[in-house]
Amino acid sequence: MKLVKAVIKPFKLEEVKEALADIGIEGMTVTEVKGFGRQKGHTEIYRGSEYTVDFLPKVMVEIVVDDADAEKTTEAIVKAAKTGKIGDGKVFVIPVESATRIRTDETGSEAL
Amino acid sequence: MKIKKYLLALLLSSSAFLMAGSLGAQEAPVEDVVEAIEEAVVDPAAEAALVAATEISLAPAKATVAAMEAKYGADSDEAGYAQGYLDILEGQGEWAFAFDFFTVSMLWTVIAAALVFIMHLGFATLEAGLTQSKNTVNILFKNVFIISIGLVTYAVIGFNTHYPGDFNGWISFGSMIGDLNDGANTFGYGGAGLAMTGFGDFIFQAMFAATAATIVSGAVAERVKLGSFMIFATLLVGIAYPVVGSWHWGGGWLGGLSDGAGFKDFAGSAVVHAFGGFAALACVILLGPRAGKYVDGKIRPILGHSMPLATIGVFLLFLGWFGFNGGSVLSADPSGIGLVFTTTALAAAAGALGAILVSWVFLKKPDLSMALNGILAGLVGITSCADIVSVMGSLVVGLIAGVIVVFSIIFFDKIKIDDPVGAISVHGICGVFGILVIPFVNISDDKFTFIGQLTGVLAVAAAAFIFSIIVFGILKVTIGIRVSPEEEAEGLDIGEHGQEAYPDFSSSSR
Repeated sequence: MKLVKAVIKPFKLEEVKEALADIGIEGMTVTEVKGFGRQKGHTEIYRGSEYTVDFLPKVMVEIVVDDADAEKTTEAIVKAAKTGKIGDGKVFVIPVESATRIRTDETGSEAL
Repeated sequence: MKIKKYLLALLLSSSAFLMAGSLGAQEAPVEDVVEAIEEAVVDPAAEAALVAATEISLAPAKATVAAMEAKYGADSDEAGYAQGYLDILEGQGEWAFAFDFFTVSMLWTVIAAALVFIMHLGFATLEAGLTQSKNTVNILFKNVFIISIGLVTYAVIGFNTHYPGDFNGWISFGSMIGDLNDGANTFGYGGAGLAMTGFGDFIFQAMFAATAATIVSGAVAERVKLGSFMIFATLLVGIAYPVVGSWHWGGGWLGGLSDGAGFKDFAGSAVVHAFGGFAALACVILLGPRAGKYVDGKIRPILGHSMPLATIGVFLLFLGWFGFNGGSVLSADPSGIGLVFTTTALAAAAGALGAILVSWVFLKKPDLSMALNGILAGLVGITSCADIVSVMGSLVVGLIAGVIVVFSIIFFDKIKIDDPVGAISVHGICGVFGILVIPFVNISDDKFTFIGQLTGVLAVAAAAFIFSIIVFGILKVTIGIRVSPEEEAEGLDIGEHGQEAYPDFSSSSR
């Protein structure tokens, strides 16, 4: 099993979710996160004083899939989240040791 | 029979009138006239004339009672209702003739008092919005305490210190209020210039009193030690505010300014707002800036946690200000109320536009918090003069106040006076501006001089500043005025109250 972990622009979440649903992904966990890559931050003004915001808001999507599905999952996310502008985010694929569904005690691929 | 009595009274009253007229016609020396009038006062004929005049006011009600009794019987509900109204009217004594105006005015006064009360909710949400979420409970707590202690101290000592009657013009501590309906529940309490009962007068002024301490609350937010602030706020609203207020509204020494025209401060730009603003300045100087605000000579803004809360607060203050200024007409005088509502609203609007323009041009962005401060700046500016400016004058006052407040906030930030909500600029600086602008926008017949206005507002501001430096200074060297750096970092909600405004992962959450 693989954990596909994508950091994307928040407004792309809906499109990514739909793209994943289209390829049969049945569940995911999303988190509001902050961070920066090569995009870096930007400056804002509060009551006359400028300040830099280094950490920009992003959304992290986490999905655990069978090894065979990791590639098409990644492709689907990349396709849906792409704007072509800096700050689109990244997708990571990480091996997963085990998975257990709490309600039924199922493990492995059965639990996904 | 009764009609005969009225005719007799009318005859008597007209003869008294003629007598008074003939006194004037004789062109007698002043002393003689005064003597004659004094005699006339005890003259049974004059007495009877007044009784007769009062009977005229009571006549419709009395006639109706009689008619009701005749038609429905003396024990009927109808007769009882009519008698009930007659009793109220007769309770007004010789002032029964003004009953309708007096009643409407009194009603407006208590509505205005309730509007001023809502300003305290406005202050609470504005201050909470412009500070960090970790200090929200603390801010709200202070606001709850201030309105409570303000009302109580105003009853115990404030009102009679604020309005001592005959006094030396500087200071006279009053006692607790008693039954203010006793002898002060008719139009005779203050005439058209103060058309309300003693209780109406008290509750309207009581709602004002806590404002001064609330202004300080915002400026010292996020680092002041709660206990010290509560002691300071109590002394400020209980003693300093009514004493300084008595200089102006209590008939004190400020009334001698401007060659006798007096000090013009309609609803309290000086005695409420500049007073609070300069008390806040003194406290912030003693307290120092919040940790992390000024690092390596640079300003690092500490963001307020809720602009929606701040905006709600300013709109509530805007609403409440109609009571603050409108109620300060002190009667339901139609021309006065209409003018004051209009000038107040226009100044607030112009203040917002001024601040928006300046922040957009000089700060490159249209800053919401500055626009909000601009509304308040316009309101504070017009508070001194809402009843004596033209429509154009109110726009000018508001616009300039809105411009001033932006530069003032930036200036205080530059000199490291850390005021999270801009209270010193809004209330202190714009309060002073509102007082000093009067000689230039005044369209009334009274001539208020610049020197007179300057003297008055300097005296009020200096008194607030010095009182606060002394009292807050004593607290600083004794019990301390600032929380520990650890507590400041963790937030005063946990440190002072052991409570969070926005609890996450608590056992009670889903």
